[in-house]
Amino acid sequence: MAQITFKPLLKPIPLKRDDWRMAAVVARREIKDSFRDWRIMTPIILLTVFFPALMNFAAGRMMAFVSNYGAQIIATQLIPFLLLVVGFFPMSFSLIIALETFVGEKERKSLEPLLATPLTDYQLYLGKMIAVLVPPLLAAYLGMAVYLVGLYVNLGWTPSFQLLGQTTLLTTVQGVIMVAAAVVISSQTTSVRAANLLASFIIVPMALLIQGEAAALFWGNHVGLWWLILALSITAVVLIRMGLHLFKREELMGRDLDEVRLGWILSEFWAVMSGRRENNGRYPNPFRWYRQTLSLIPQLSRPAATLTLALLGALGMGVALAFVYRLPPDMLASFTSERIAANLDQLQIVARGLPLAIFMQNVRVLVLMALLGTFTFGILGILVFMLPWVIVGFAAGQIFLAGENPFLFLVATILPHAIFELPAILLAASAALRWHLTVIAPPPDRTLSEAFVATSAEFARVFIGLTLPLLLVAAFVEAYITPQVLLAVYGN
Amino acid sequence: MIIAENLGKKFDNFTAVHDLDLHVPPGELLALLGPNGAGKTTTVRMLSSILRPTTGRATVNGYDVVRQAAQVRRSIGMLTEQPGLYLRMTGIEYLLFYGRLYGMSDDAIRERGLALFSRFDMADAHERRLGQYSKGMRQKVGLIRAMLHKPSVLLLDEPTSAMDPHSAKLVRDTIKEMRDDQRAIILCTHNLAEAESLADRIAIIKKGAIVAKGTTTELKQQLLGHPQMEVRVDQHLNGQVHDLELDKLVTIEAISENSIRYRTPTPEQTNPLLVRRLGERGLGIISLHEVSQSLEDVYLRVVAEESVDN
Repeated sequence: MAQITFKPLLKPIPLKRDDWRMAAVVARREIKDSFRDWRIMTPIILLTVFFPALMNFAAGRMMAFVSNYGAQIIATQLIPFLLLVVGFFPMSFSLIIALETFVGEKERKSLEPLLATPLTDYQLYLGKMIAVLVPPLLAAYLGMAVYLVGLYVNLGWTPSFQLLGQTTLLTTVQGVIMVAAAVVISSQTTSVRAANLLASFIIVPMALLIQGEAAALFWGNHVGLWWLILALSITAVVLIRMGLHLFKREELMGRDLDEVRLGWILSEFWAVMSGRRENNGRYPNPFRWYRQTLSLIPQLSRPAATLTLALLGALGMGVALAFVYRLPPDMLASFTSERIAANLDQLQIVARGLPLAIFMQNVRVLVLMALLGTFTFGILGILVFMLPWVIVGFAAGQIFLAGENPFLFLVATILPHAIFELPAILLAASAALRWHLTVIAPPPDRTLSEAFVATSAEFARVFIGLTLPLLLVAAFVEAYITPQVLLAVYGN
Repeated sequence: MIIAENLGKKFDNFTAVHDLDLHVPPGELLALLGPNGAGKTTTVRMLSSILRPTTGRATVNGYDVVRQAAQVRRSIGMLTEQPGLYLRMTGIEYLLFYGRLYGMSDDAIRERGLALFSRFDMADAHERRLGQYSKGMRQKVGLIRAMLHKPSVLLLDEPTSAMDPHSAKLVRDTIKEMRDDQRAIILCTHNLAEAESLADRIAIIKKGAIVAKGTTTELKQQLLGHPQMEVRVDQHLNGQVHDLELDKLVTIEAISENSIRYRTPTPEQTNPLLVRRLGERGLGIISLHEVSQSLEDVYLRVVAEESVDN
């Protein structure tokens, strides 16, 4: 099986001082150009000066209105949200500038001379990123300052240090995410029109995010907001790395049309999936196909190690949650060894039922995990993978709190079928993660689409050839053997 | 120095360039001719390390276009068919931007930039926004950008396409000077007269492959055959050509009432014989000269062959 070598995911991108210097040359020109474009500057000025003043007026009126009904707390909670909105509106302009940063230059024919200079891909990408981020970010900060000064003058209201820090960080990190995602789109499309159409993949999640932040600000959930800032910061870093890895000048000048090559996708997928690619265009016999599929396993070692860590983390998290959310004493009392066998339903770990139902449930979860991971860089896939293990850890924790041996509990309730089920899930999840990560760390010797299709086909091979048979065996064991073991351990 | 060996580029299932061999030493200008879509731009993009070749290899100024892309780009100056300027910048700002990308100091950029602006009759224009420049002026700024860092290799795509005759001559003279200054130059153009006047050698590219290569004279001989001569006499020929048995001496191509066009591989031997025979018949020779054949004839022959192929 031809090995797909990924770029190291966590290895720092080697940026030297000269890279930053050259990026600054690119950024300075672009920023200067933006400041000379009235179509960019007019809305930014309006949103920076007039819009905050309008929000100020709105906040004052709202405060006066709710004060009549003795509900100032509503206005007090809404004012921080307006601060976020005031920062977000100028920031949204970064999206428009970023979307056309590469593809717009390509359309105006000014990109090719730039690509013929000694600028490296990293320098050019960084320069563009900085150029599209700085003006809207400065406008956002200025707008927030205008809004806060107005509030202080009119209402005497000042934000807490925490609120100011959170709104500033949220504005910044949202801006970075929008810019990073838009620059990725701009560098991968062949027309501004196509880039604008794809922008909905940024606008819709951002709109949902703002709603979530609004709710958190209204209810004063500052801890939640810190977690959100952390998650958004990680997303921003992932997107920037992804952009740096994906950006290739070859791709910019090598394509003139954005085509959906469904025929090519299907034939590539089938060639890898059926084993014809590795067998000089002929279908391999089943033994050979299995040998090829088994040879994929060593390539899954890194994602498997990552997922094993995630599994252990999920178990630990479940145990920790058990200590935080202790079950009431009467429920804990039912987890004594005498009553465990009689209370299997309450444990919700031992799924009792027909083997087919168990098998189908596991297949559904794994398919869901694979699909969710494709557009979340594997994050949702990992979360789906972790969820059952959080429940197992939680149950084991409660058993411990009930005074029983949690290891004996795990051996009796999970081990018999886990012997087959765990490798099955780990193999499928690892192949899925490897597939999902092609977007962030594409192999240097293939195009993104080639690598994405090839790794999706390899996931399909692992899933069909290895995971499904193991899950089938696991389902029979879970239906017929695990309950017997449980009864043998806990039964009288 | 530009060297390409078996260079090829494939986009999915489409082969844009294949088996391309080039050798352009310092002090030589190679004109790359060919119909639209023949592969000229792809070739130039590979030589400027913008596109990676899928087969073969190429070196520019001794640097490999794949493994030493940054050095390649540092040593070339490239003029694209459309200059692609930043129209809100002034001429000098534009040059400052590009010069900095090549590591030049601002003083050096100003000095060289202003000299080049003067060279191209635009001394007063450098403080004006590029958006206010005419099409020809923009093309000249593109060329100045390509020459700014004194590259040893120049890749020029249609350098005079939008220019008036005076500006075009200025540019051609400058290109000649650069060639004489030991730079290797590739010129892509549809202007065959320009190619004929500038190029040391010509390469005609068709469907991604070079189909004819050599000096203008070599190409003419290769594609148009032996030199074509025309002899004009002082009387009507009135069917005497057959009696003269000239067709045994030369390949006759056309006969009019007092002139004959013919081809011969050895004019130095056959012309005196032909003149003698005409004289023996009492025909006075008014003129005898070689019919000039242009590069256009060569080019059209290649394109015509393409049409026949199709």
